[in-house]
Amino acid sequence: MSTSATENTQASTPSETPAVSVRGLNKAYGDLEVLRGIDLTVNSGEVVCLIGPSGSGKSTLLRCLNLLEEPQSGDITVSGFDVTDPDIDVDAMRRNVGMVFQHFNLFPHLTVLENCTVSQIKVLKRSKSEAEQTAMTNLERVGLAEKAQQRPGQLSGGQQQRVAIARALSMNPDLMLFDEPTSALDPETVGDVLAIMRKLANEGMTMLVVTHEMSFARDVADRVVFMDGGVVVEEGPAREVIGSPKHERTQSFLSRVLNPTKVDTPE
Amino acid sequence: MAMTTRQRAKLSRGIQYALLVLVLIALVVLADWQVLYERVFNPAVIADQFPGIITIALKNTLIYTALGFVVGLTLGVILALMKLSSVAPYRWIATLYIEFFRGVPALLVFLALGYGIPLAFGFRFNHYVTVMIALGVVAAAYIAESLRAGLQAVPKGQYEAARSLGMSHTRAMVTIVIPQALRIVLPPLTNEVILLTKDSSLVYLLGMGLAQYELTKFGREGISGAGAGLTPLVAAGICYLIITVPLGILSRRFETKTDRVKKSS
Ligand SMILES: Nc1ncnc2c1ncn2[C@@H]1O[C@H](COP(=O)(O)OP(=O)(O)OP(=O)(O)O)[C@@H](O)[C@H]1O
Ligand SMILES: [Mg+2]
Repeated sequence: MSTSATENTQASTPSETPAVSVRGLNKAYGDLEVLRGIDLTVNSGEVVCLIGPSGSGKSTLLRCLNLLEEPQSGDITVSGFDVTDPDIDVDAMRRNVGMVFQHFNLFPHLTVLENCTVSQIKVLKRSKSEAEQTAMTNLERVGLAEKAQQRPGQLSGGQQQRVAIARALSMNPDLMLFDEPTSALDPETVGDVLAIMRKLANEGMTMLVVTHEMSFARDVADRVVFMDGGVVVEEGPAREVIGSPKHERTQSFLSRVLNPTKVDTPE
Repeated sequence: MAMTTRQRAKLSRGIQYALLVLVLIALVVLADWQVLYERVFNPAVIADQFPGIITIALKNTLIYTALGFVVGLTLGVILALMKLSSVAPYRWIATLYIEFFRGVPALLVFLALGYGIPLAFGFRFNHYVTVMIALGVVAAAYIAESLRAGLQAVPKGQYEAARSLGMSHTRAMVTIVIPQALRIVLPPLTNEVILLTKDSSLVYLLGMGLAQYELTKFGREGISGAGAGLTPLVAAGICYLIITVPLGILSRRFETKTDRVKKSS
């Protein structure tokens, strides 16, 4: 039961330039240094999971990649764009980078279908019918084609997050960023969202995923990056980092996440 | 013997009903209905009010309200944007303006424009311009606050999601943020029109010819007619209600609609 890479050019074309390359990234809010010299590479077709305790800077790192946050210093290339170049065409870069948020951020005043077509039409200048076709294809991918005419508010959290994934995919991005996509969901809907992400990964999508779902990270990720206090503490193949972490900080984080009942020391 | 809470509530409700019935009976028995009918709601006097009360007074009230709203909305949008500006002096000016005009009576503004400025500078605006400015500058302060609150009530994630999909700042504001803000702002904006309709009665203060009378002035002149009684004022009041009650219903309808959208996000 192998899932082959279906019609994804990224996976088959070997490319030398990584999808994401970060060198010496620093970010501070006032006096608070949130990211301190981050190095990170995500190759084309690779799935990388970013794990770490709350406040370690995972969201900030993700948001620096598509310039929702302005980094202070460092070199970042994303999907061939020099993100730290002050003359970058931010909107052009973002067209190639899909982002999925913890709280979905679907547009409540638009239908599910319109959520998936609005920026195809307004940004990519696709015709309405072409945009709707692309949107329906992606809604089918996430198993929600029959909800196309509903409003986001009529869907469950898990369904909303799947629409958010379809919305991002409808722009045909080279790279998908996920910021804790299942953290705001009821436990019973988490599985559906993870299953879709797993399918995407198998289809060869390049993915950078911030998550607390350790089994997802272990099974789906090619590599896992552990962050703490604004630095990358440890990274490597998923099974190694999660199965036999080398760093003491990684070990204690993992034992806390994997056995939440055994926590005896408050943060 | 102590009563239960339920028994006590029942007794209290019984007393309240009894009181109500007593007052109603007293009214029916004591009031001189014939006199009331003649002096407060006299059909003959009402008939005398027509057609002027519609073709002049109601029409002018609507015109004054509309003029005030156009100025108030335009100035309000500018003030709201100033209030959200990243340039601090703009924010200060907007705050000063809003606090000032929300804090002084509209009556004072009318007096200043209608009498103060002509006396001080020997210069008088056209009647309609005076009304427009007087109603508009006050309304702008309230409208600006509603608009600012509406824009800020749209979660930041909406803007970020739009930008993440490659939309420019302007595109994200126009397509995603402002439509949602408008829905939030519609109920307070409708309420502002109700307030403006009532405030347009302050035009009563200004000197003017019959063609410029609005409902309050028209009613005031009406009651000086021989034997008119209160009826002209009652008629004016009914005309105000014909405007304001539907607007109130509309505003509440908008409110339930936005509640539904909000719950769904
Ligand atoms: N806009 C901001 N202004 C000031 N401080 C911020 C801002 N955003 C984040 N921070 C701070 O930066 C640090 C890192 O935040 P970040 O959201 O990146 O952490 P995280 O690893 O994503 O945590 P979580 O698992 O809770 O989402 C935190 O201490 C946070 O308080
Ligand atoms: Mg986070």
